[in-house]
Amino acid sequence: MAAKLILSMDGVQVKEYPLVKERITIGRKSSNDIVIDNLGVSGEHAAIVTILQDSFLEDLDSTNGLNVNGVPAKKHFLQNSDEIEIGKHTLKYVTDQISQTTAEDFEKTMVLRGPVKQAAPVIEVADHTSTLVQTHVLSADKAKVMTADITDKLAPPVLPQAAVVQILTGPNAGKELELLKNLTTLGKPGVQVAVLARRPSGYFITYVEGSTFPSVNGHLLNDQPRQLNDHDVIELAGVKMEFFLKA
Amino acid sequence: MNVIQALKTVSKTHPGMVRAHNEDSVSVDVAAGLVVLADGMGGYNAGEVASGIAISVTTTEIARRLKFESAAAKAEKNGVDNAVTLLRNNIQKANSSIYHASQSQPQYAGMGTTIVAGLFYDNRVAVAHIGDSRMYRLRGEKLTTVTRDHSLLQEQIDSGLISVEDARFSKNKNLVTRAVGIDPNVEPEIHVYPVQIGDVYLLCSDGLNDMVEDADIESALYAMQGNLPLAAEQLIQMANDNGGRDNVSVILVKITADFAEPKSWWAKFLHVFQK
Repeated sequence: MAAKLILSMDGVQVKEYPLVKERITIGRKSSNDIVIDNLGVSGEHAAIVTILQDSFLEDLDSTNGLNVNGVPAKKHFLQNSDEIEIGKHTLKYVTDQISQTTAEDFEKTMVLRGPVKQAAPVIEVADHTSTLVQTHVLSADKAKVMTADITDKLAPPVLPQAAVVQILTGPNAGKELELLKNLTTLGKPGVQVAVLARRPSGYFITYVEGSTFPSVNGHLLNDQPRQLNDHDVIELAGVKMEFFLKA
Repeated sequence: MNVIQALKTVSKTHPGMVRAHNEDSVSVDVAAGLVVLADGMGGYNAGEVASGIAISVTTTEIARRLKFESAAAKAEKNGVDNAVTLLRNNIQKANSSIYHASQSQPQYAGMGTTIVAGLFYDNRVAVAHIGDSRMYRLRGEKLTTVTRDHSLLQEQIDSGLISVEDARFSKNKNLVTRAVGIDPNVEPEIHVYPVQIGDVYLLCSDGLNDMVEDADIESALYAMQGNLPLAAEQLIQMANDNGGRDNVSVILVKITADFAEPKSWWAKFLHVFQK
């Protein structure tokens, strides 16, 4: 199913428009694909360009402009359930989220053929939608389900509980280092390095390079990563530090 | 110093967390200074076949030619480095092999592959690519992309239709505009760059850069540049921790010494015997 726009006024749904054309226009004049007969709407107010599964909204220099989700916009890459406000009217953008196929089917790389020009203007790029060649043995309906929800792909990866390393000895004693990144480096590249990796299953310390191996609770590390537990004491190049999870 | 002593390399490939097949292929030929990575596509096992052909044709042919000629030699006609010619001709050779296999065997119909190759010689690297497999370079603390994808998304970015930040949300991520083996002819994009001691080059399939943000790739490479096998392991682990939706492959090349071609005839003579 193609994406669609749902036109409503004062919360009452008026009409649905499937986005089946590469370019549709919205405005007061009857030549538009979506006609909104209201004096606050310019003759040609906005356009939506759809390239395969992605739709882009563009303000056609309208007098009163438009908002997307309450924010004024000139150009906008539409995402599911975005609300475009033009005067008193609202157009809600809806794409199909549910797919019958697995994630694999729509993520497979495919080849677009045709003389694709570098830096082609917007409209020309749109022309290539018809020359899509699927190199996969995908049935036609499966191929369409490329709109399948990307939300889970984009969802931030699961993060473990927040954690901190507190330095216990040396000139920086007492300092705390919050493990906010996926990879925190201890030491200096080229000299002595261990890294603390944040993974969905917890925190791991790994020896990278240097003359001495770090130790955890007095046990020297080998070249394998070691998972850290609350209150583990790490020693690296003579500096002791404590790892603990934040409440 | 010759290229064998100047380069530290490691390669690693993993099917990821979702796919049963691994359609990626990688190859490292240190003696030739050549690294190649390909990400195949096509039904059943055709993807593996396409990427496998691309790798074997380019590596064996280029290595064979380099026994008799220098990558740094300039062509008389246009002054182009021989490395560029070798890459172009042999990627095109791989293209026709794959194209003909797909034309003659029904189970391989429509198969194709991306490719990214780096040929290191005379303190330079010639980089050839087709499709959305990438080369990155870490120099100092900064990671930059060396190649620019041949993809619909990249064209939309170039034409200003979509911003780099928004590109993450595009649903058209997986459409390449150029591939090896789809058409009878293909033109690889090839550039030559000077290298510096300490540079780390990363070749990867989109299974890495679709799953892991550039900033995370940068920090992992920077922290682990002293231990390349661990760095490769870490990159793949990050892709898999983030979902591992695709096959993920990486090749790392670190420049540890100068490898300029000897200039005098006597030095060249000795150089031949050092090989």
